[in-house]
Amino acid sequence: MKEYTYDRNARYARTHEWVRLDGSEVVSGVSDVAQDLLSDVVFVDLPAVGATFKQGDVFGAVESVKAAEDVYMPLSGTIVAVNGELADNAEWVNQDPYGKAWFIRIKPANAAAEMATLMDAASYKKYAEEEAAQGH
Amino acid sequence: MPELQRTRLYATHVALGARLVPFAGWEMPVQYPSGPLAEHHAVRRSVGLFDIDHMGQVEVRGPDATAFLQRLQVWDLNKMKEGDARYSLACYADGGIVDDLFIYRRPDRWFVVVNASNRAKDVAWFRAHAHGFKVMLNDVSDETYMLALQGPQAQATLSPLCPANLAQMPFHTGQETTVAGVPAYLGATGYTGEYGYEVFFPAEKAEHVWGALLEAGKPYGIIPCGLAARDSLRFEPCLPLYGHEISAEVDPISAGLGWTVSFDKGDFLGRDALLQTKLEGPGDRLVALEMVEKAVPRQGYAVLANDVEVGRVTTGMYAPTADRYVGLAYVPADLAAIGTELAVLVRDKPRAARVVKKPFYTPAYRR
Repeated sequence: MKEYTYDRNARYARTHEWVRLDGSEVVSGVSDVAQDLLSDVVFVDLPAVGATFKQGDVFGAVESVKAAEDVYMPLSGTIVAVNGELADNAEWVNQDPYGKAWFIRIKPANAAAEMATLMDAASYKKYAEEEAAQGH
Repeated sequence: MPELQRTRLYATHVALGARLVPFAGWEMPVQYPSGPLAEHHAVRRSVGLFDIDHMGQVEVRGPDATAFLQRLQVWDLNKMKEGDARYSLACYADGGIVDDLFIYRRPDRWFVVVNASNRAKDVAWFRAHAHGFKVMLNDVSDETYMLALQGPQAQATLSPLCPANLAQMPFHTGQETTVAGVPAYLGATGYTGEYGYEVFFPAEKAEHVWGALLEAGKPYGIIPCGLAARDSLRFEPCLPLYGHEISAEVDPISAGLGWTVSFDKGDFLGRDALLQTKLEGPGDRLVALEMVEKAVPRQGYAVLANDVEVGRVTTGMYAPTADRYVGLAYVPADLAAIGTELAVLVRDKPRAARVVKKPFYTPAYRR
């Protein structure tokens, strides 16, 4: 198993998105594990600002050389900003998944209850390692 | 699911950190830790090494070997000198494609390289049509190893390991020689759009030859390359892949491979159907599409004209050297002209696309 980085201030979905609280909003992207599974990212398809999704909805896609993978809303809410810089810098997803390569800012609808359904960094690390061991 | 076959280099790939995936019944490296983009660029700019032992090889010998193969595939073998290598197709009577082939004219036999996914089907097809020909068909895939060394520094990499005069070896020829001391048949051939070699040798020497080539390529930054890079490298020059651009449902004329067909060589399987398609013009044509709206077209995505589905993408991706988001697709012939405005349905959203000229990358040997 490779050594991955985990943002200790983030919480994680089973579908490998991370979320970080920032005031009354949350920022989200995909984890270091996810970017490695994808390998070279060439395109990120992000939603329109103002779109509203429920937790678990597909909100966009991240595309590598080989495949397109859906990305899922880690929390219900409204998109208040998307990272437009990824349009010309998709490789940031591989280089800095918790930083420059954030995907979306969400105004959450039900943060308190839904945050509890996400994993902290330690639990997510264990989850990702078990998933890798099963050959996913 | 039947058990996947592993090449003799399986453990070597695992040790190199390769990610292995099922492909055509084999467990093959899709990428190494350097990643598909780095592997792609290594082949375009310097040199890369591929384990392609999943590919099949069939030898055709005997007094009627040439007559037999003349009937079973579309190119006129009489145009090939000893040592020539040539891309061709085997077709069904209705013009559909059985497989694409690389044919080498060796001194005492025809040596035919076939796709891994089609090996059993091809051998059965050949045998089913061998009646009445004095011909010996020998599937030598298991005992023959196949590696591909590709890129502008392939010759410099191979030279110290091979006594053949590589500088004087034209592209699309083959010869008997040795590689790293191992008796080998060397093809100046490949599937990347670059100059390079495909090396055939006894399977038990796989690790020795692989290791020697990686070592010899070190000064040029050689890296092992997986199926992902093999796909993007063949896609840019628009080299077809069976199951994508070509299949039993598609004929060579529609696929833009009419140049492989020698109509003037006498009868062969599929000739009547192909001649008719050539004269009447195909209903659908394989075209190159470039996304006008940024998105990645993928295999199976619908192609739209005025919001109506008119075709499907056969292969599409971000083309790394061309630096374009492009695809190949079958569309009705009246929508195949360069500049035709179409759309590709990407995750339920139509994204503007345009028919553009093929290929996305001109092969080194065509410049």
